[in-house]
Amino acid sequence: MKAIIWQGTNKVGVETVPDPTLLLPTDVIVKITSTAICGSDLHLLDGVIPSMEKGDILGHEFMGEIVEVGRDVKKLKAGDRVIVPFNIACGLCDPCQRGLFSACDNSNPNHRMAEALYGASGGGLFGYSHMYGGYAGGQAQFVRVPFADINAHRIETDLRDEQVLFLTDIFPTGYQAAEQCGIQPGRDVVAVFGAGPVGQFAARSALMLGAAHVIVVDRVPERLAMAEAAGCQTINYEQEDALVALREATGGRGPDHVIDAVGMEAHGHGPGALVDTAKQRLRLSFDRITALRWALLSCAKGGTVSLPGVYGGLIDKVPMGAAFAKGLTFRMGQTHTHRYVAPLLSRIESGEIDPSFVITHRAALDDAPELYRTFRDKHDGCIKVVLNPWA
Amino acid sequence: MSSDDQKPVPVSPADAPAAEPASETTGETGASLPALERSVMGSVGVALMGAGLRSARPLQKIVLGSVGAGLAAMAATGRNPLATALKIRQTGDGEVLVSDGVTIGKPAQGLYAVWRDLPNLPNLMRHLQSVEVIDERRSRWTVKAPTGTVSWEAEITADEPGRRLAWQSLPGAAIENHGEVLFRPAPGNRGTEVVVRLAYRPPAGSVGAVVARVVGEEPSQQLRDDLTRFKREQELGFAPTTEGQSSGRAAGGQA
Repeated sequence: MKAIIWQGTNKVGVETVPDPTLLLPTDVIVKITSTAICGSDLHLLDGVIPSMEKGDILGHEFMGEIVEVGRDVKKLKAGDRVIVPFNIACGLCDPCQRGLFSACDNSNPNHRMAEALYGASGGGLFGYSHMYGGYAGGQAQFVRVPFADINAHRIETDLRDEQVLFLTDIFPTGYQAAEQCGIQPGRDVVAVFGAGPVGQFAARSALMLGAAHVIVVDRVPERLAMAEAAGCQTINYEQEDALVALREATGGRGPDHVIDAVGMEAHGHGPGALVDTAKQRLRLSFDRITALRWALLSCAKGGTVSLPGVYGGLIDKVPMGAAFAKGLTFRMGQTHTHRYVAPLLSRIESGEIDPSFVITHRAALDDAPELYRTFRDKHDGCIKVVLNPWA
Repeated sequence: MSSDDQKPVPVSPADAPAAEPASETTGETGASLPALERSVMGSVGVALMGAGLRSARPLQKIVLGSVGAGLAAMAATGRNPLATALKIRQTGDGEVLVSDGVTIGKPAQGLYAVWRDLPNLPNLMRHLQSVEVIDERRSRWTVKAPTGTVSWEAEITADEPGRRLAWQSLPGAAIENHGEVLFRPAPGNRGTEVVVRLAYRPPAGSVGAVVARVVGEEPSQQLRDDLTRFKREQELGFAPTTEGQSSGRAAGGQA
C-alpha cells in the first residue's frame, strides 16, 4: 500500500510499504477512505517531538471501511464504516473506565520510554512517536486498529466523510478545551490563541457552550476571517498588542478563560520569541511558549487556562507569579476523544455544526509531502488538508 | 474491576510489614558503602594519589591524583556519589534495595495465587529462568547471568494468603537476597495494589550496582517492566504490541 512516511526532520515522503495485518485477535484492518493532516503532525515534521524513527507511518485523523476483523472483536464486522480517533485505548483499565482514554494504562507497548521522560506513560496514539506506542498511523491506504471495539466507532448515518472525519481529533480537541474551561453561559468571555483548526473548533465550541463572547487571536488573515464568520471577535497580534487589545475588549478584566490552541511552536515576536526559537533549535528547550505566556498574562482573575496545544518537554520563563497571583486553573492534556464521539456526532446530525467548514485543501495522498509544507508555512490560505488515499 | 470479595484491610504504616525481611527492605535512600568496600577504596585511593604526586608527567599527575583523591573521599565519607546520583538505594550493610508497585483492577486473592505458584514466577519476572519447588518452604531459583546461570536456594519466610508473600535466600547463596510481595486493596474500589520489595547484595558491591544500572541490567527497571506486564496480563489477557506492523523501515519493507 501507499503510506506517508516520516523520513527525518523536515522529510516526509510517499512510500510503498506492506499492507498491515492483524497482530492481535482484538484488531481490525480498515481501508481508509479519508485522512487528514493535523497541526500536531507539523511538530513531527519539524522534529520537535522526541522518539520518532525513520520509516514511521504518520497520520492520526482517518476513517474508512473495515475489511478484516480479528476473532475477539465483538461489536464490529467487515463492511462497517468507521471513524478511528487518535487515542488508542484498552477500555478496561481504571483511566479508560473513568473516560480518561488518553491516560490508558495498557495500550502503550513502549511505556518504558514515556516513563523515562514523563514519569508515567499515557496511552498509545496512532502515528505519533514511539514514546506514544510507535503505532503505525493512518495517512495510508490501510491501517491496523488495535482494541477495535473501543477505538473504531461505527457511523450509521449517510453523513459525508468530511462531516464526520474531524471527530477523530480536532473537533473533540477544540470541544474538550472549551468544556474544561467550565464556561458560565451568558456571562463568561473566552479568548482563543491560535486560529488553526483546533482553535476554530475551540472557538465554535465555546459559543455552543454559551460563552457570552469569544475573541480569537492570530496573525493569519484568512484564519481570523474564518473565526469572524462564526461570530467571534478577532485580534491580529501583528497589528496590535494582543494583551492590550484583550483588556480593552473585556473592559479591563481580561478574558474569563483562555484557550492556548498553539502549543509548543508558537511564533510570537520580539526578543522572548527569538530566545525560545534559538533554545529549541539548540535542544536546550523543547517548547516555544509565547502563546502560553500570553494566556497566563491575559487571563482574568480566577479564570481557566486550557491547553489543547501540544507541549512536549521543558519550558522556562513561565510567568508563574501571574498565574498564582490571579488564582488561575490549568487544564490540559491529550483529548479523551472517545467520550466525545457520540455527543458531538449528534450535534453534527442535528445540523448545529458542519465540521467541513475548516477544509481548505482536498488532495491525493501523493500530494501530502508538498501539503505538509504548505500547511506548516500557512501558504495558499491553507487551514486544513484532507487526503484521499485512493485518488 | 471489583474487589468486593476482599476483606477491607486498612492501609496504614502499621499495616506495612514489620516482620524480619521487610523491616530491612524499607531502608534508606542513597548509597552508603559497606565497610570492606570502603577500606579497599581508601587504600587504592591513597595509593593512586601517591603515584600521581610522584609522577613526572603533568597529565598523569592530574589524572591519577584526582581519581585517587575521589576514591579516598568516597572511602572517607562512606558514600558512592555515582550510586547516589543514579538513585541506587543501599542499606548501611551494602544491600541494594529495589521496590515498585502497580495497581491492578482485580481482587487480591487471585493475584496472590499467581505469585504463590512459584514455578510460574519466571513468567512474571523475566530475569528468572526457573524456580523449582523443593518442599513446602524451600525452592531453588535460577537466573540468567552474563556468565551463564546463577542458582540458589530460598525459603518462604511469610505466607499470608491474599496479603503478603516473603522469601529469603538460604546461607551460601551466590547472590544473597530477600524480598516480599504485598497485596493491598486500592482505595476507591480500584482493585489491588501489588508492591514488590527486593533486597540483594550485588556481587561487586556498590560499583557492581552502578555498572549494572549503566548497562541497563538493573533490577529496578526489570521490576517495573515485570509489574507492567503482570498488570496487562491480568487486565487484558495479553500484551499490546506493534511487533510485525507495517512501516517504511527495511524489515517492514520486505514483508
